[in-house]
Amino acid sequence: MVKVVEAPAGIEGQGFFATSFDTVIGMARANSLWPLPFATSCCGIEFMATMGANYDLARFGSERMSFSPRQSDLLIVAGTISKKLGPVLKQVYDQMAEPKWVLSVGACASSGGIFDTYSVLQGIDHVIPVDVYVPGCPPRPEQIIEGILKIQELARNESLRRRDSPEYRKMLESYNIQ
Amino acid sequence: MSDFASNINESILQNFPNVTHVLDNYGDHNYFIDKVDIHGVVEFLKNEGFIYLTDLTGSHYPDKENTEFQVVYHIHNLVQNVRFRLKVDLSQNDTHIPTVTDLFAGANWMERETFDFFGIIFDGHPNLTRILNVEDMDYHPMKKEYALEDETRTDKDDTFFGR
Repeated sequence: MVKVVEAPAGIEGQGFFATSFDTVIGMARANSLWPLPFATSCCGIEFMATMGANYDLARFGSERMSFSPRQSDLLIVAGTISKKLGPVLKQVYDQMAEPKWVLSVGACASSGGIFDTYSVLQGIDHVIPVDVYVPGCPPRPEQIIEGILKIQELARNESLRRRDSPEYRKMLESYNIQ
Repeated sequence: MSDFASNINESILQNFPNVTHVLDNYGDHNYFIDKVDIHGVVEFLKNEGFIYLTDLTGSHYPDKENTEFQVVYHIHNLVQNVRFRLKVDLSQNDTHIPTVTDLFAGANWMERETFDFFGIIFDGHPNLTRILNVEDMDYHPMKKEYALEDETRTDKDDTFFGR
């Protein structure tokens, strides 16, 4: 069964439909997120199951995994990120074009998890800003889907000017980005 | 002990009088070697068919005075299937030891790793830099005086972790 997204609220008449850019662009973005999987360990395996036929992330408009950061909207960090990998992750994030979102999958990406040790980054939010955290060690595919739905919600409701706002710039500056 | 192993053992002890041999409970051959002899012993063993340096690593015993550090070599004769373990004790005041990279190219990364984690300096190594940890790390994390945990972390309440 093909499910089509409903049109956003607007003024409708014969031969025309008027709505705001915010809602219609948000709708388009939310339903066609191109994820970039940055998978390093067991959470990555769960993510593969999420992409597989049983859970089928493609149902939610994320059909195409993008392995180039320049063509993706959503960075999915699944797995332990060591301190040595931190700058690599940051570079990948830098290379993504705005608007971009980050999903942190699992305990390790979110907080270092069980690896409270000198070599492991204690949460990727030390290096890049994160939009949604998925708990679990590793999280089940249902949880990852829930996280992506939350990202869709953010994308759908985001103001078109949010990325130009001084708050957003300040947040990026606090991460030493651009 | 096989004939081959006992022959090699005898010639090591003859050529290097400061070396002590300990056959442990598992039947493994351990040699305690001064750092001036280690290069010679490894070279001798290589010429006797021990062509495989299985492992080279370090360990830290902070309570053993003057022998705080130990460098351990595992060396294997594939034809005779004999393995020897060579141990060199080092004082924390002088963690220099000669490199064996001229004998085994494979020792290069293992010596870098031992330097990275224990701060042991392999004299003559072509590129003794960190290999696994971030370049700007300012300590050698496997030394026991450093905590295992990430000390930059502020969100952990020790009372919940029994520390």
